[in-house]
Amino acid sequence: MIKFENVSKSYGESKVLKDLSFQINQGDFVVLIGPSGCGKTTTLRTINRLIEPDSGTIYIDGNDISALNPVELRRSIGYVIQQIGLFPNMTVEENIAVVPKLLKYPKEKWQPIVKDLLGLVGMPYDENAHKYPSELSGGQQQRIGVLRALAASPPIVLMDEPFGALDPITREALQEEVKRIQKKLKKTIVFVTHDMDEALKMADVIVFMSGGKILQMASPEELLQHPADPLISEFMGKHRGTVNINANLTAADFMKTRVLKASGSMQTLQSVELMRNRDVNSMIVLNEDDTYAGTVSLDTIKTHGKAGRAIGEFMETGVPTVNLKEDARETFEKLYTSPAGYVVVLNDDMSVAGLITKTSMAKAMGEALWGEMIS
Amino acid sequence: MTLIEFFIANQKDILGSLIRHFQLVGISVAAGMLIAIPLGIFLSRFQRFAPIILNFAGMIQTIPGLVMLGFALLLFGIGLLPALVVLSLYAVLPILHNTYTGITEVEKSYIEAARGIGMTDGQILYKVELPLALSSIVGGIRTSTVFTVSWATLAGLIGAGGLGDLIWTGLATYNTNYILAGAIPSAVVAVVLSGLIHLIQKKITPRGLKGVSA
Repeated sequence: MIKFENVSKSYGESKVLKDLSFQINQGDFVVLIGPSGCGKTTTLRTINRLIEPDSGTIYIDGNDISALNPVELRRSIGYVIQQIGLFPNMTVEENIAVVPKLLKYPKEKWQPIVKDLLGLVGMPYDENAHKYPSELSGGQQQRIGVLRALAASPPIVLMDEPFGALDPITREALQEEVKRIQKKLKKTIVFVTHDMDEALKMADVIVFMSGGKILQMASPEELLQHPADPLISEFMGKHRGTVNINANLTAADFMKTRVLKASGSMQTLQSVELMRNRDVNSMIVLNEDDTYAGTVSLDTIKTHGKAGRAIGEFMETGVPTVNLKEDARETFEKLYTSPAGYVVVLNDDMSVAGLITKTSMAKAMGEALWGEMIS
Repeated sequence: MTLIEFFIANQKDILGSLIRHFQLVGISVAAGMLIAIPLGIFLSRFQRFAPIILNFAGMIQTIPGLVMLGFALLLFGIGLLPALVVLSLYAVLPILHNTYTGITEVEKSYIEAARGIGMTDGQILYKVELPLALSSIVGGIRTSTVFTVSWATLAGLIGAGGLGDLIWTGLATYNTNYILAGAIPSAVVAVVLSGLIHLIQKKITPRGLKGVSA
């Protein structure tokens, strides 16, 4: 168990950690996330005393770590960094065995460890142990980086954006491997990332930091459903909708709000020009008090209209309307029976909120299913 | 008398000069290493001193060899000692420079990883920094050796012997054979030693580093 108690750290004028207090339970996969400069890496590096806090105390299993020998402390905590940092002058085997050797394990003890660990990531000992890091791919190098951190069986492993420099496919494979290893070996992992995907995939607990403080510490589910701060919602962006798929979606979730509206007194040529400019074939007509009156289509004006007439004369009222809070399913049915291929969404006061087309509906459904779409 | 006949006739003298030349080079490069490598390591730990020391060593390097020998003559008299002092001073800079840059240019991620997994400062130096800087350090030794072989010819001027003796004798008596008997072996020695150290350099560079650093 790792416990932070009122931990603060400043560099000159800037406070990077502000009175941080939280607790990491044994066996948890804890992800520190937040915008850059939020203090997540600093927090991580205080755990193995690569950074010493100005004030406050960090306990591991009840022991104040500032009272421990930093070198011995670090040997008892695994450490993986983004730049991997495998020693290029050592073979794969020597790299993995480096901490056991520092701890003076005899060869009979460390060699089986190296073999076991290589097996764990599907890199056979005979093929890989005597290669040098430069002879491995980036993904293989970071696998060895992870194994090096695990070799002396530390109960805690710190990982500082370990997969940040890898390509997406390799990253995904390593995420799965690390998660599997963590479960199998029951490690406490503290993991820094700025990638919300990665956090949601790996974490038991997510610690969302900003400006040296914790904004929210919660399970991924909890964070998605009840983000405690607008910054968190923003950071999660595309993920927000994903758990709401079965929640109460309303017309408002599907509509587009950028619609062409005009008073009935607008003249035909002007409205035709407006519709052409916006590349649409109909527009909404409003009453004097801005409430919804009807729609007018480009085709109708072209067939019946003459220049200089008011568009109100050609207005149609056959397009279905729905209230903003209308249930998604009802809205969906109205859309599919609408002769114009769209429905108008109205606010409670009958003013126009937006409209739903088949395209906007499909896009919103897609986003709800798979996250943010490229428009 | 042809050059070859001269070489054969004077083989004892030439061989003696050659051996003395090797002694001059060997002792001064060894002394240079003893000073420069620890000093380079020290400077890499306390980098604020580095500019002063490296500039000072650079300044020594720019003083003409004859001037240095003159000073040494005043201080230590005639013979082997002043020559060795001067040559050792010259041997320091390339090794010092390469030791310092070799260590300080080790990628920070290796140091970060080494510290993070629990190496002490000494272990970081011996297990990570020095092995990674070794190729650069040996490169410095090679440069020093080649330079010292040529500067050692000046040592003949202050009675330290070596191949320079033959050259200066030749110059003083307009005897081309003497000049060549000193010049050719010293050129050969420079080339051979340079090649030899280059081989060692390649040999000690771990496989994992080849192609990574030139």
